Amino acid sequence: MIAELGHFILVLALVVALAQAFVPLAFLRHETGNATALSFATRASYLQVLLIGASFAALTYAFVRSDFSLMVVFANSHAAKPMIYKIAGVWGNHEGSMLLWTLILAAYGAAFALTSKRLPARFSSFVMVTQGLLGSAFLSFLLFTSNPFARLLPAPFAGQGLTPILQDPALAAHPPLLYAGYVGFSMSFAFAIAALATAGEPHEGRDNNWARWMRPWILTAWIFLTLGIALGSYWAYYELGWGGFWFWDPVENASLMPWLAGTALLHSALVAETRDTLKRWTLLLAIVTFALSLSGTFLVRSGVLTSVHAFANDPERGVYILAILVGFTAGALALYAYRLPKLAPDGAFQPVSREGLLLANNIFLATATVTVFVGTIYPLVLDGLGMGKISVGAPYFNAVFAPLAVPFAILLPLGPLLTWRQGHLAPLRVYVAMGAAAALLLTVSLVLLRGPHSIMVLALFAASFWLVLGAGLDLYRKLFPHRAKLWRFWSLPSTAFSAPLAHGGLGVLMLGILAATQWREEVVVAASPGQEIDIASITLRYDGLREIEGPNYRAEQARLSYLTGAHAGSYLFPERRFYEAERSQTTEAAITTDLTGHLYAVVGETANDKRVLRIWYHPYVAFIWLGALLMAAGGGFGLRTRLRRGA
Amino acid sequence: MIGRLLSLAFLLAGLWVLPAQALDPGEALSNPALETRARALSQELRCLVCQNQSIDDSDAPLARDLRQMVRTRLSAGDSDAQIRAAVVERYGEFALFRPRLASHTAPLWAMPIIILLLGGFFGFRLMRQKTSTPPQ
Repeated sequence: MIAELGHFILVLALVVALAQAFVPLAFLRHETGNATALSFATRASYLQVLLIGASFAALTYAFVRSDFSLMVVFANSHAAKPMIYKIAGVWGNHEGSMLLWTLILAAYGAAFALTSKRLPARFSSFVMVTQGLLGSAFLSFLLFTSNPFARLLPAPFAGQGLTPILQDPALAAHPPLLYAGYVGFSMSFAFAIAALATAGEPHEGRDNNWARWMRPWILTAWIFLTLGIALGSYWAYYELGWGGFWFWDPVENASLMPWLAGTALLHSALVAETRDTLKRWTLLLAIVTFALSLSGTFLVRSGVLTSVHAFANDPERGVYILAILVGFTAGALALYAYRLPKLAPDGAFQPVSREGLLLANNIFLATATVTVFVGTIYPLVLDGLGMGKISVGAPYFNAVFAPLAVPFAILLPLGPLLTWRQGHLAPLRVYVAMGAAAALLLTVSLVLLRGPHSIMVLALFAASFWLVLGAGLDLYRKLFPHRAKLWRFWSLPSTAFSAPLAHGGLGVLMLGILAATQWREEVVVAASPGQEIDIASITLRYDGLREIEGPNYRAEQARLSYLTGAHAGSYLFPERRFYEAERSQTTEAAITTDLTGHLYAVVGETANDKRVLRIWYHPYVAFIWLGALLMAAGGGFGLRTRLRRGA
Repeated sequence: MIGRLLSLAFLLAGLWVLPAQALDPGEALSNPALETRARALSQELRCLVCQNQSIDDSDAPLARDLRQMVRTRLSAGDSDAQIRAAVVERYGEFALFRPRLASHTAPLWAMPIIILLLGGFFGFRLMRQKTSTPPQ
């Protein structure tokens, strides 16, 4: 009954979304209708989030109660599953995750309606109309191809369970974060549409105001996407069994593309806002970023790519999402081409200036985005044309990204140090020389400590050190005027922290990747109880194996004792779990997490009465996620600045 | 035992899925230089029955066989290029994670350079154009 109600409410939500998309358009044809259009669209936005929220609650209820008469619950849940995974199971499948997607879309729409009171009515109305169109598209996709409330009668007694590797706290939070990022870029998309639709019309103020209004929404989406990708990477690191953190898997690439484009957008919108230039590029980027978010969804949901993520592959759904993707992208680009001449021309530009370096940043990020896109799509296209099957994997992406990262990281710290308009390098000469010398010194000391590396690796190390040092210098310069009241941490301006944290975070992340990939140690042994194992100047002893019972699995648990080092006397307990309901197994690595390195132990199969143990030492690997957190924190400070100033 | 059965089930399902693990005990070569080359090469070769895993990351039997083949040939003195060619001959180009530069892969390798140059060109033009017009 509750399920039928949820289904019915979803139909109502579609009606409201359609009304939100088309009714205000009728009023917007005349200047006098702006206020009416806005008040209609605002109410529709609120109503939409309430309806979809109620529908989502109904589905959650079915999962919590293990109502196996619902198809999705039967296929993705099990009565013997811990409560958190019953709830996470709501979005651990295609239908539920698309419902979550539309819920987040509606939530963004309502948040905009709530906070946009100071924006011109006409502009806001166009934003909400675009959100209404998107809502209609995704709601009809749900109802016509992916109904989460489809019944299965007669109801089975037990569910098929959730894939065990997905039964994990990090993975419970991964999809909502990622979606909050993807869908967040629908806001900058809607702003771009509204900016194009109202281009050339008499405005309150300048015609680049949209860039200022857009920025907090780009930041919000970017923070969520950063956290979502980082969490997914951390999950892969500890769950997939050997400590890899990024596989250049097509599905990872699908999330990286909007992130790269979104990062470019974040910076170009800053130029558009401050210098009234790069406006055309920023609008194009806003459209492309959201198109990449949509194509991420298309790639994952259509089954074009085979991957752990691609549950419920269905060509019909793929075609529908492809139609949404093509429809919105082509429509937006047509509007772009048609309205572009109405936009006031871009302002002046100097190569040595902050905007000059932000332009360089955009060129590199665009190149990176295109590289990931081509690398992901090319094998599919080649195969589709019958020109052979090839693979594009990590070695390709590493080979292209490494030489791009070096100049990118070298130019990056100069941006915040230069002023807008006409920057001068001369006063910065001392800083630059000091920073470069320190980065080189650190790199040379690495060679002395760790032995020779390839030129490319050393260049990347030097560039990463330079990034961190540059961020430190940037922070120093911004806090210097406030040196008398540094202790009143909370009253310091947020702007002082945003760029240094985000840029320094990137440097920390790069250092983590370099250290973890270059200095990784690995021991693979077949051990009998009592055997000692040496790795990374630590001695471990394998004590033996025992069987344990989990809430919905059985496990073999090995025990390893630290004999030496700072952890002497403590244990590692790697497990192999067997999930009865899902008939599959997982390995649970035991990880000692120090900032300087992780000891990572996995228990394998039996070999001649001995037990295969695989033990890795991943030096400084935590820097990867620490760096991502710093970047997100930088975004957070940027957002705080915006909210304090008022949108 | 259960692990074996499940492995079999996965094999029958056609794809070797997670969990992934690398080498088995005793697989590594005693010569460290050769072993380093073997690892680097293994990371470039695709495990054909897996989901986007290199033979270095996978514990599928096929991946193990290929790892052994790589090591046997390295010990016999083959060059990296010879081993890659042998793998391509047996399994096709699909087995290479780093596509070879050829006419059908040229766009793949050229694209980053083209975009970078295009970006540089347009950026440069933007600056030249704008310096001549007075700032608003």
